[in-house]
Amino acid sequence: MKSTYYGILIVFSCMGLFACTPVKEYQKNRLNDAEMSLSSRRVQKNELNFQTYREGSAGANGGKTGGGCGCN
Amino acid sequence: MKKICLTVVGIYILLLHAFAQTSNSVDSAYEPKPLKLDEINLVSSYYNQNGDHSAILGGIGNEHVVDLANGLELNFVGWDARKNKHTITAGLGFDHHTSASAAYVSKTGASKTGGTRVYPSFNWLVENENKGTSFGLGAYYSAEYNYHSLGLDASYSKKTNNNGQFDGKISAYFDQVKLIYPSELIPVSSTPTTSSGATYITTASGNTVLSGGGGYTDEKPKIPSAPRNTYDASLTFSQVINKRLQASVMLDLVSQSGYLGLPFHRVYFNDGTDHVENLPSLRYKIPIGIRLNYFAGDNLIIRAYYRYYFDQWGIQSHTIDLEVPVKITPFFSLSPFYRYYIQTAARYFAPYGMHTAADQYYTSNYALSALSSNFFGMGLRLSPPDGILKTHLSNIEVRYGHYLQTTDLLANIVSFAFQFK
Repeated sequence: MKSTYYGILIVFSCMGLFACTPVKEYQKNRLNDAEMSLSSRRVQKNELNFQTYREGSAGANGGKTGGGCGCN
Repeated sequence: MKKICLTVVGIYILLLHAFAQTSNSVDSAYEPKPLKLDEINLVSSYYNQNGDHSAILGGIGNEHVVDLANGLELNFVGWDARKNKHTITAGLGFDHHTSASAAYVSKTGASKTGGTRVYPSFNWLVENENKGTSFGLGAYYSAEYNYHSLGLDASYSKKTNNNGQFDGKISAYFDQVKLIYPSELIPVSSTPTTSSGATYITTASGNTVLSGGGGYTDEKPKIPSAPRNTYDASLTFSQVINKRLQASVMLDLVSQSGYLGLPFHRVYFNDGTDHVENLPSLRYKIPIGIRLNYFAGDNLIIRAYYRYYFDQWGIQSHTIDLEVPVKITPFFSLSPFYRYYIQTAARYFAPYGMHTAADQYYTSNYALSALSSNFFGMGLRLSPPDGILKTHLSNIEVRYGHYLQTTDLLANIVSFAFQFK
């Protein structure tokens, strides 16, 4: 249970580390770069699937949380 | 003087008129645009795995799997009379796999080792760009011989005034697991029979048929199924931190109920008897993740991800993923990546021959054991502004990964993604 609290604490600490500064649309050239996308890459789709089935956990990464068998 | 004044007033009125015309013409010129094919995406993967802890053989035996997966998506985009953008995505996936251990669903190793899965999908997204909101609906279906899954979801997102965005999504999957047991463990009461009295023994993803009645028949047996339902509420908050850094926090609340094991997974007890895997019919899962993307310098990007996960079965895990795309040119990048994963065991897991008759729930599926894994490799991305060789092919991504688990599972995956515009 201790590590549950540690995990949650780490995530929320990371959130608190950053103070946001205002960024105008014209200043977003780097943020809008395709490599800066805050989602998994399309090409990763099947990687996330096999990890879901070969490991005991899933979710919070844009991949599957349910559905499908992973029977083999 | 009168003439000059009249001329100035005339010019002023003319200008007003001209602008009035322009402004009116813009509004009246707006017309809804019907849905038009905007983008085609094709993703293909080749996956190869080796190991010796097959769950079908109770935690021992060959785990060799080869899987070839292909997915095609068509994106249609249009605008309605209220200037809302509509995106419709129609997808179709097709996988084919061979699995060495599937042969041993039947005791003699005679079961079929190959199988295919077909999975169509449909998504509809409406975006109001003025309000910064979007609403979406999705439907998914997956069919393979021993497993069917129907998924539905609804999503909503809203941008904040400070470069942030909330995303919420609820999903439900309604699955049916066909109760195909190891041949020596088929319960007499559930042995499927035909109208002619023949009795079938059916193997995983195969059709081994034995007749106990009036000879062989072409009639297909009716094998009973059990439901497995998954409900997921997913929340994401994304925020621009500064000109080079953005982050998102993701939380899933997942509830699974129904038949959560697989009927052809064996478990060997310490008395030498074998049984069908038995797991609780309820499982809550809570993963929470954070993603940070930082544009360092002019050519280097750092993509970092961390996830903490815990569930009702006693598994806790940590995942760290780091990817460092290097932009060789503005349109070509190389991306080395590394992922480390570690988990504790589910309280129902024990290796081959370690469970006892006193155990209420039992499994020897090593995906539920204590393990850690390393996954590393390289990706490349090519996306010239005029398309590759000035064709409609606008983007190619290739990615190779090598996976090592402490259970001795070893896998390789190579994936290709093509985007046509």
